[in-house]
Amino acid sequence: MTDLLTLSGLTVHHGQLAALTDLDLALAEGTTLAVIGANGAGKTTLLRTIAGTHRPTTGTITFAGQDVTAMPAHRRAAEGIRLVPEGRRLFPSLTVEENLLAGAYRTRKGPWDVPAVVELFPWIGERKRQSARQLSGGEQQAVAIGRALMGNPRLLLLDEISLGLAPLVVGQLYQALPRIMAGGTTVLLVEQDVSQALRTADRVLCLLEGRTVLSGTPAELTAERIESAYFGLTRTGGTS
Amino acid sequence: MVWVNAIVQGLLLGGLYALFACGLSLMFGVMRIVNLAHGDIAVLGSFLAYSIIAATPIGVLGATLIVLPVFAAFGYLVQSGLLSPALRVGPLSTLLATFGLSIVIQNALQQGYTGDTRALDVGSLISASLRITGQISVAYLSLITFALAVVVLAALQLFLSRTGTGRIMRATADDPEAATLSGANPRHVYGVATALAFVTVALAGLMFGMQSSFSPSIGPTRLLFAFEAVVIGGLGSLWGTLLGGMVLGLAQSLGAQYDPAFTLLAGHIIFLAVLAFRPQGLIPARRTA
Repeated sequence: MTDLLTLSGLTVHHGQLAALTDLDLALAEGTTLAVIGANGAGKTTLLRTIAGTHRPTTGTITFAGQDVTAMPAHRRAAEGIRLVPEGRRLFPSLTVEENLLAGAYRTRKGPWDVPAVVELFPWIGERKRQSARQLSGGEQQAVAIGRALMGNPRLLLLDEISLGLAPLVVGQLYQALPRIMAGGTTVLLVEQDVSQALRTADRVLCLLEGRTVLSGTPAELTAERIESAYFGLTRTGGTS
Repeated sequence: MVWVNAIVQGLLLGGLYALFACGLSLMFGVMRIVNLAHGDIAVLGSFLAYSIIAATPIGVLGATLIVLPVFAAFGYLVQSGLLSPALRVGPLSTLLATFGLSIVIQNALQQGYTGDTRALDVGSLISASLRITGQISVAYLSLITFALAVVVLAALQLFLSRTGTGRIMRATADDPEAATLSGANPRHVYGVATALAFVTVALAGLMFGMQSSFSPSIGPTRLLFAFEAVVIGGLGSLWGTLLGGMVLGLAQSLGAQYDPAFTLLAGHIIFLAVLAFRPQGLIPARRTA
């Protein structure tokens, strides 16, 4: 299997502060990678840098064999990198259906359209014409995922879809992920909820202060190792 | 009967104001840019048409067909060359940039055309009118302007609600970065919005130029009418802009009927009354940009 996404030597700054330091990552097409880590570990910055809304200081991003480091975010979206951003960021003055259709503004060929998203989240069917600002947090998250899918992404970036939601709602959202992956979409998800991440992903990577401190398949990683890497109790080094 | 006549004329005049104001509303709705050069751009359109009519035999209709695409391109260029860089600095910079544009246009027109007043020659259409009753007759030109205003506003409304570009324009107005994640290039979207705004304002400038005289310095006075129509109707609502234009036209027309000296004052009073008692406007924005 070829790598869909490769990051090499990626360093990203927020002002003076290095949010990510010399990060290397390779993501095989059709797989799911979960990036876990505490607040401020650089998870959101990582996704924003891949999506193109944040520029790296050094390093390169290669997507589908193409160097996209200098490509603006809107063109990356058209090429098939879609980010479901932190905080959902729906368009409040648009209806639910219009939010989905906005996601298809520069879409690729693929299986995702409004009926397919409705099949994934059936409640959307009855509430298409509602304003997006009337939705609950979990519903907004579902529409945000649907909006990203409307672009028929090759790489779907999910930024903490569990944030601020009840466990039951989070469970429902995660139930939709296998159907998304079944379409061949590569998924990179960022999650604070470690158990949810372990259940979903093929591989897990733990970030601490902008560096990879642990990486492996869920089966390889014991709870103890994850815990110590997550909180930085002992440096396990950048194994991969 | 003279009052009924004043009402009819006022409502029709409102169509012109609405046509003139919808571009201002669109630019504010999509980019939060208050275009202080709005009135001058309309006047620039009038002068361009004046020159075309003077230099060629194609007449006012042919001139319109040339002016509108030229202004679409002009709008796109002004957005990408002047307003987009200013937007990155902040909202005050766009205000200053459009103020500067206003001054440049006024002075360039003054230089090129002197301060004389002109009018666009529409031949016999200028005096042709439809007699409804003995005392009420409606000029064809006013009717055409009103119909144009309704068609333009309806087309804009349809564009914003039904087309992919219109939808992403509203999405970009809500959250430019999130729209970027859906593949929208805000610079292009803003360019298209400004191009549309310039086309409508140029069209309004042509209709103004056919119905009354214009001079290089009249832009800011006209801008005030556009502001009043937009604020009375409700910021960001296109049908509100039509209603606002009609209320403004009605107030001016009734004021003029009472005493010609009250023409503009009556419009300003209605505008102030709306600001004081219903600052969200008669039809507040709901879903449109």
